[in-house]
Amino acid sequence: MASAAQRNIRSISYAKYGYIFILPFFLVYFFFQLWPLINTFILSFYGNGAKADDFVGLDNFNALLFGDGMGRTGKAIHETFVQTLINTLIVWIGNFVPQILISLLLAAWFTDAKLKIRGKGFFKVVMYMPNIITAASVAALYLSLFAESKYGPINHMLLDWGVIKEPIQFVTGVAQSRGMIMFIQCWMWFGNTMIMLMSGIMGLNPSLFEAANIDGASSGQIFRKITLPLLRPILIYTMVTSMIGGLQMFDIPYLYIKGTQRNQFTKTVAVFIYEHFREKMPKPNYGFSAAASVVLFIITIILGSICMAYNRDEDEARKKKERKAMKKKLKEQAKNNLGGIGI
Amino acid sequence: MSTAKKDSYTAKLRTKSIIIFIVCVLLTLICLVPIYILIINATRSHVDIIGSVSFIPGDQLVRNVKELMTNSLYKFDALVGFKNSAIIAIGATVLSIFFSCLTAYGLVVYDFKLRGAAFTFILAVMMVPMQVTSVGFLQFMIKLGLNDSFIPLIVPAIQAPAIVFFIRQYLKSSFPLDIVEAARIDGCGEFRTFLTIAIPMMKPAIAVQSIFAFVQNWNNFYMPSMILTSRKFNQLTMPMMISALKSNDKIADYGVIYAGIALSILPVIVIYLVLSRFIIEGVALGGVKE
Repeated sequence: MASAAQRNIRSISYAKYGYIFILPFFLVYFFFQLWPLINTFILSFYGNGAKADDFVGLDNFNALLFGDGMGRTGKAIHETFVQTLINTLIVWIGNFVPQILISLLLAAWFTDAKLKIRGKGFFKVVMYMPNIITAASVAALYLSLFAESKYGPINHMLLDWGVIKEPIQFVTGVAQSRGMIMFIQCWMWFGNTMIMLMSGIMGLNPSLFEAANIDGASSGQIFRKITLPLLRPILIYTMVTSMIGGLQMFDIPYLYIKGTQRNQFTKTVAVFIYEHFREKMPKPNYGFSAAASVVLFIITIILGSICMAYNRDEDEARKKKERKAMKKKLKEQAKNNLGGIGI
Repeated sequence: MSTAKKDSYTAKLRTKSIIIFIVCVLLTLICLVPIYILIINATRSHVDIIGSVSFIPGDQLVRNVKELMTNSLYKFDALVGFKNSAIIAIGATVLSIFFSCLTAYGLVVYDFKLRGAAFTFILAVMMVPMQVTSVGFLQFMIKLGLNDSFIPLIVPAIQAPAIVFFIRQYLKSSFPLDIVEAARIDGCGEFRTFLTIAIPMMKPAIAVQSIFAFVQNWNNFYMPSMILTSRKFNQLTMPMMISALKSNDKIADYGVIYAGIALSILPVIVIYLVLSRFIIEGVALGGVKE
């Protein structure tokens, strides 16, 4: 057995390697991530276009959030920004709700030991596949399939069958284009969510399911009373990651447009940011896009911490209760053992 | 349980299984049909595609691909796209896997004062969205003169919090620290222990994470289209070529467009079908989500 002093010496002599090993990560992080993040905050207080070097204080935020200052430009920017926030929210909810429902259902079916589903492995492989395909290609593919002219394959087919009389505006219509983007996002992600939920369900204690089965619980009861409550942490994790992913939604909304003409009703916040700093390139609007990024960052932090806090609180509370009960018990025990003398 | 009751129970289960099977087949069709039509249309001529929807392949594949590659109107060169995407994806994957292993190993094997803080930090930054830093990132890179270069697309891969997290979990669960101790006694240096003992033991985790890192970088559209400001033709990646092909108004040949899209997703699908088992295991283990 090494003495405490010896152990100390050993840990001191190797600790420096720990720092050396993690150093490259942190150096690169600070240079390529943390400084750009701080830089974004700084840029949000500076001007746009040709006036990029002027300090403007909170003008960008005022314009974005309230449409104050900057006259007509400010108002227009405010309207677009609010519209993109609404678009992002609608498209995210519209893809997340069906996605989580389908994934949950499939995950429950695939993990149910009573059901024998043929080709489970094959289904999993196929359902995950859309997630792996390049998003840019997916957008181009759907754009070609759902082309608006009567020669677009889907419109063509529906016209031939007599389901519709006029070609559907899949790309420029408000509800249609939003619906399409929701569908594409859902199509790309439901397999991934399903597999994550499946691994979550398989990580639950199997004896609970056995006990329920022996007690004669139906699959529906087991799902509602055992699987769902125990799966909550994983569901919340899925929701948080999907939400952060949803706020960043870029590839599909950016590319699913007719030619180069941007659809105002599918433009997300990420597209707004990108447009202002990238497409106006020789004189980019750093100020507006940086301010929008800061707003996005704050929204992400708020939503993320609400979910996390909501999740953690009950766990913590339960643990606290347990600890209290434990202490009480120990105290009582000590009382009994020592004949009433408390320690 | 009486036999009648038992029979009805199994019959119920069987009908349920059949219903589930049908739902699964439907979802499979929804997943596959768009990709199938894409591949079929890549082999058909423009006139046929406009004429009708078909599930039978045509014989125009060679012509479509040739037209796509040789006609300068399309501004599309699959070889250039593949080359650039491969340089970025391979470079970024190698860097992120090696340095993530290094970081995770440092966090697990060594006991140092800031270990807990460093790990908490990595967990926290996993949640920061890409878009939030991109404005500052691009402005900074332009200041450094690094736009139109692959460096900002490859080097930042050294920091990959999600991969560090995954490999750390793997090491925690299946890497015996006694081995490090034994290597030390045998006089093996710390870096040599890492390179020759730890890395071979991390192979399963490395395999899963490399696949994900590669696919993610290959598919990345946002970063390259942000950093490559001049859009020089010989720098375009595959997703950028597709987006250019798609927004090109001069193209009136659907067969060629489908051929281009098919070419861009073919490598990914091949990789996926070969490695699907690992990929699905990997998703189940770590849940890698953008």
